[in-house]
Parts: sequence; C-alpha cells; structure tokens
Amino acid sequence: MTLSKEPLNLIITGVGGQGNVLASQLIGRALVKDNFYVTIGETYGASQRGGAVMSHLRISRESQYSPLIPEGQADIIVALEPVEALRVIGQYGNPSVSAVVNSRPIYPTAVTVGDAEYPSLEKIKKTISELARKTWFVDATEIALSYGSPIFTNIIMVGALAGTNLLPLNRKKFEETIKESFPSTHVADNLKAFERGLEMTQGC
Amino acid sequence: MSVIKKNAPGSNELLMGNEAIARGALEAGVQFAAAYPGNPSSEIIGTLSQVAKDMGIYVEWSVNEKVALEAAASASFSGLRALSAMKQNGVNVASDFIFNLNLSGVGSGGLVLVAADDPAALSSTNEEDSRFISKVGDLPLLEPATFQEAKDMTKWAFDLSEAINSLVIVRSVSRISHARGNVILGELPQEKKTARYDTSKIFIPVAAPLRHLALHLKLAKVREMYESSPFNWYVGPEKPELLMITSGSGWFYSLEAVKTLQLKDQVGILKIGTTWPLPSKLLAKHMANTKRLLFVEEVDPFLENNVKELAAEWSPEIGSWTFYGKSSGHVHPFGEINPDLIINALAKVMSKPYSPREAGYGGKALEMTKSLVPNRDLGFCPGCPHRATFWAIKGALKLDGRGGFVAGDIGCYSLGLGPAGFFQLKTMHAMGSGTGLATGFGQLHKFGFNQPVLSVCGDSTFFHAAIPALINGVYNQSDFVMVVLDNSATAMTGFQPHAGTGETATGSPAPVVDIEKLCKALGVRVETCDPFDLQDTTEKILDLINDEGGVRVLISRRQCALVKAKEEKAPYKVHVDEEKCLGESCGCARLCTRVFKCPGLIWNKEKGKSQVDEAICNGCGVCADICPSSAIIRKEN
Repeated sequence: MTLSKEPLNLIITGVGGQGNVLASQLIGRALVKDNFYVTIGETYGASQRGGAVMSHLRISRESQYSPLIPEGQADIIVALEPVEALRVIGQYGNPSVSAVVNSRPIYPTAVTVGDAEYPSLEKIKKTISELARKTWFVDATEIALSYGSPIFTNIIMVGALAGTNLLPLNRKKFEETIKESFPSTHVADNLKAFERGLEMTQGC
Repeated sequence: MSVIKKNAPGSNELLMGNEAIARGALEAGVQFAAAYPGNPSSEIIGTLSQVAKDMGIYVEWSVNEKVALEAAASASFSGLRALSAMKQNGVNVASDFIFNLNLSGVGSGGLVLVAADDPAALSSTNEEDSRFISKVGDLPLLEPATFQEAKDMTKWAFDLSEAINSLVIVRSVSRISHARGNVILGELPQEKKTARYDTSKIFIPVAAPLRHLALHLKLAKVREMYESSPFNWYVGPEKPELLMITSGSGWFYSLEAVKTLQLKDQVGILKIGTTWPLPSKLLAKHMANTKRLLFVEEVDPFLENNVKELAAEWSPEIGSWTFYGKSSGHVHPFGEINPDLIINALAKVMSKPYSPREAGYGGKALEMTKSLVPNRDLGFCPGCPHRATFWAIKGALKLDGRGGFVAGDIGCYSLGLGPAGFFQLKTMHAMGSGTGLATGFGQLHKFGFNQPVLSVCGDSTFFHAAIPALINGVYNQSDFVMVVLDNSATAMTGFQPHAGTGETATGSPAPVVDIEKLCKALGVRVETCDPFDLQDTTEKILDLINDEGGVRVLISRRQCALVKAKEEKAPYKVHVDEEKCLGESCGCARLCTRVFKCPGLIWNKEKGKSQVDEAICNGCGVCADICPSSAIIRKEN
C-alpha cells in the first residue's frame, strides 16, 4: 500500500502508564512487515510516572528518519487522553492533521488540587475540530472498563486508528501483529478490543 | 520467539536502539555481559538477560557500574568477548577502573563498553557528554547514527578491541538507545570459546608512562583504520558552500534540515561514526572543498573542538574556515538537539527563511490550546509506597519541630523533591550521595547545628553506593537516621532484580542479601516498618530522630505497586462514601485530593466531593487511613 505523504508522521500521546509504547510498537511492527521504514521516538524515564508522554512514528517508503517530528509536521494524532491531544496539536498540528481521541480525562494533580482547570470535553472537542482536518472521539476507557480493565484502552485506540484508514495497513496486518505480540492467553481479549475500536471509527 | 535470538540473516526487523546494540553483541559472539541498570542504557543488558539461557551466554546485573566493567574485563582476560553498558553517570562510577584498564589493556577476548548518554536529562539527574572519557583515556570511540549502525558498530567494536587489545567505547544517546527503527539482521555465530586465564600474562598499569606511550601508538593504528571506515560517509555536492560535520543523532537531523530547506545542491553532510581518534585525512579531504563548516552533535562540542584542533594545524595549507556550531551560538551546547533546532541553525547560516507551518495556523493553534492545557506534574504512581513514607516523614518532622530535613538520592523517590513527596528532599546528587551528605551533616553539632538529619535511599541504591557512606557514618559516629525505601525492585529503570530480590538477571534463584541483617552487623539500631501503616511509620521515625547519637536505620519495606499489580490482584476495592465526605466544609482542607494527592483520587467539582477514579486506582487502600471523616471506604477484594 502507498503512503498518503512522505514521510507520514504519527504522534501517539497520553499519560505515563496508559500504554503508549505498546501501541506505537504494534503499529511500527505492522508497518515494518510491509517493508516500510519506521522510526519511533518515545518518552521514557521520569515522565512515565504520570507525566505527559508521546511516541513519534515516522513512516517512509524511501528512507529512515529521525525519531523526532518537527514542529507543525504531524499528519495523524492518536490521543489516549483528551487534553494531551490539545497539547500535541498546539505544537505539532497543521491544517491537514487528523486526530483520533479517547474521551476519558485523566486529571493532572494540579487540577485535582484546584490550582488548574481541566477544560470541558465540549470545549476540547470544539478546539480540536477547529484545528484538525478530521477528528474522531472514542470512549475507549469506558469500553475497556466494560471488558474488565482499563489496560485495553491502548489497543482499542489502535483499533480506532485502523478503522480510520489513515495508515497504509489493512486490518489483517494489524491482527497478525497482535497475535505475534501478546502471550497466547491474551491474544483473544486484545483482538476483541482491537476490533471494537475499529468498529468505532470505521466508515465514520 | 524473541527477535533478538532469531537466526535469520537478512531479516528486516523493528528494533529499539538498545536491542540493536544487544543483537550486535550477539552477532559478535559475546559470551559475558554485565551492567547496572540506568537509562537510557538499561535495555541492552535487559535484552541479553532474556535470551542468555537459550544462547548459552552469561549475563548479570552487577551491584554497580565499576564492578560490572571489572567483571566483564575478567572474561576478556580469560579469552571471551565481553560487554558492559551504562549511562553517563555509570561511566563516572567506572572511570577509576577505566583509567587503569586503558594502560593494562584487555585480554584476547574483545571488551566493549557502551556509554549511553541522556541529553536533556530525560531520565537522569544530570546532563553529561561521556565522550570525554575516550580522549582523556586514549580509547577508541564509535558513535552510531542509525539503528542499523547501533548493531553493526557494536559487532565491529569487538574486532577492533581484539586488534589493538584495548577497551573500545560505543557511545549512544537517548534518541538512539530509546528509539526504534529498521535493522537488517546478520548471522549469529554458533561457536563458543572456552575460558582460560593464561598465567604467563599480567594485566597491570605499572610502568604507566611507557604504557601511556604504547597506548598512543595503538591509537595511531586505530586512526589509520578509521580513515577508510564504512561508518564515515559523505553526501552532497563536490564543492559544497557549507559542510555539515555530524555524528550520532545529528545525522538524521542534518539530513532532514537539508531536505526541508531544499539545499542538497549547496550543502554537504560529512557523517563521522569514528569520532576518536578522528580520521584526519578524511576530514582534510572534505574540508579542503569548502570554506564554511557547521557542526551538529549532542551535547558538548566534542567533534567541533577536536576538528578545530586539527584545522589549526592545517591552516593555511589546506584551507581556512568559518566555523558554525556550539561556540558560534547556532547550536546550543546543552540539552537535546532536534530537527527544528538544526533546520533553524542551517536556515540561519544559509540565510534561507524557514517557517514550520502555514502562516496564521501555528500562532492560532498555540493560542487556542495554551490556555486550555493544564500542566501535568510528575508524581508517584497510584499505590506507591514512597508516597506513604514521605507522608510519614513529613508528619514526624513537623511533630519534632526542630527544622529536620532529608538528604535525597537517586531513584523513583527522587520525585520526593516536588509536590509528589511533599517537598521533603532537600538535596539530590549521585547514587549514595544522600547518605554521604548525611554523614557530614551529622558531624555539624560541634558548630551549633541542631536539626535532625535524615537520608533516604532505595534498596538498589543501598547496594550500589550507600553502603560505604553508611559505614563512614558508623565509623565516624555521625548523628543521622538513614531511611531505606525498600520496594524490592530497581523500579525507576524497569524493575530489574538486584542483590536483595532473590533473583538473578536471568531469572534463576539467588541468595537474598538482607539489608536489615547487614545494617545490624554494623552495630547500629535498625527498625523496620510497613509505610502503609502510617501511624507506626510516623512513630518510628519520630522515635529514631529522638534517639540521638550515632547512625540509626529505618527500613521502610513495601513492594513497588507496579510490580505488585503485575503479580497479584489489588488487595482492596476503594470508593468514597458521598454521605460521609464533607468536601470543603470538612475542615480537613481536602487532605486526600489537595495534600495526599494520589492520582487515583479526584475531585468531583459538581458534587463537591472526593471520588475514586476506577481507571487509575490500584486498590492499595492507604487513603482510607488519612480521611478524618472515614469517608474513604476500602473493601477487601
């Protein structure tokens, strides 16, 4: 499959602990199977303790790129947390960016304490929709909780990204990668989560 | 099956830089690997530890970096290829051994040290460019710029080490070690060497000046090899208006800058992978074709200053140049570099305007989002035992009232500096420094000092560097309380086992070095507590503070919540009883959500009540003990 742009720049963002790294690896592995050049830059270390985290994926047919996307050059943003979508689109967005956003907030301590405000979901949706070419909101955490654990949130969001057809990958390639990436006892649950995510955006 | 041990030459895989380094070592036939975890280097030995048993190699988590390199060197002395990997701080710890090993030389098995630097201190306390060790120690240096090179260079470093009987340094940075990219696998050798120490050989630095001279001759040989190395290459026009000279992470950024600004007909890039000793003929050849140079590297001007040294010798025969880089202010000599920084530096040098996005959009995007996005402070994980220990320390010091304070150390609990640990830590430096400083504070009473002194250190840090400090305190009869935050893991770097966990790097059972017994053997008073029992912990701290004279130790023991969550179900289901929670009218000043600040507790503004976020809470139940209205309810799972 061909790329809509060279290189295609994808940012997955969220809060430390939400499973950014696993999501970026799944997508990266699936792309390498199709012989794309993929570079992934991750936030590691202290920010994994409740901080804002990002994975930058750079996808190319021609060559390897650096693991950092320059300002204003994101083509796709996948946000595991809504306010993180805002943070990223502010710095990396451009008029043709697309955004797939989990609607469930994780409140920063500054908000819980009362030192900062968390914007209303309505305001977040309005802002992102104004800055992005196309936006999808998915209740990924709620679905994950209905499956018994918030840990499925990232896989549901990977599914949601797959459903948008923004990546040059078909559903089969994702499923193959999921099967290879989890211990056999966890494959079925993760495939189910992936497919549910995919249904949330497919054709929307 | 793990990709790392896949014997499929030519296979195209997505590898983390650290995995690529580990794979390179395996392709070189490494048989011994030792390290102390430290980001961004941790996954090198972590990856090898996972395949060690199947591959028939030995891998260990050593107690610290100096011991790790010493252990690896013993394998080299006995004829085996050996690897050690460490972060920049680890290089400092190992440096005393390095500056003797350079003179003694290595054995017939190649010895490679991977130094992984962390520009911008993404997961460090300090920022440092460890390449200096190569220049000061006369040691060959290699700097991978791509994921493929991370593998290939590591593999070749063993050949080089054996060719000149010297330690070879491979220097990585966070954006290589912790990034992922395509790597084409090579072959895995099947042959294993037998270890034997040839007793006709000695490894000593004695007759140092002569050995120092011999080392310079070795380096001259390396320089010749580097002149034709495939790790150096040039792209660009024959006579570029500007020559970018780059190494490591700078290569991709330079390439992107030239592409973005459409300058490929004017600007050339000379990428150097062999950065010490520099291939001077190669540099002279390319530098003769231009008058302007721009250096792109991370963090210090290492390449830049060393090329300038050469240029001073060459001028004016080969040419004279205008230098751009860190000293000209075009690339800053601190923090990370990134594509934006290099695009802007190149744009400035070439007087080519650059704006990253459509006029109007960028300003609007920043303006629309800025006011809406709250800061996200780092904090302890939900259920973290450190939060509870710091809560108890804070309470005890307040009750004591004499201005007591805590000298901090390196680990997750370093976050105790900030709001997560209620600002309890007042100092933080190297591994073990908290207790080292406490031994000094504990001597100051002769000069009117009358504040209680506490030090904190984690279990892994205790083994790494705090033991000598503790013994110093005992011997010199210093007055302080050492609190060991024993969470049974090297948590910050990825939960590696250590001397106290009962498990080796490769998952075999190991004897547990008992911190409590070890401290008791020093003849000091030792208490233990479970930090989740807040009252008992607070009382013990207070009692230890008041038991003045000499060193006292408190071991605050509770397994890391993340490790626990992987191993067992949450002990409690926690919720807030809305009837009992009095919110702002309680008089507790919202102790749970404003002071204790576990991310699992949130504030429901509409209802004016605290609430448990079930997507985050991991059921430790500690918050139930701090609520004065008993509104936080925990039920056993």
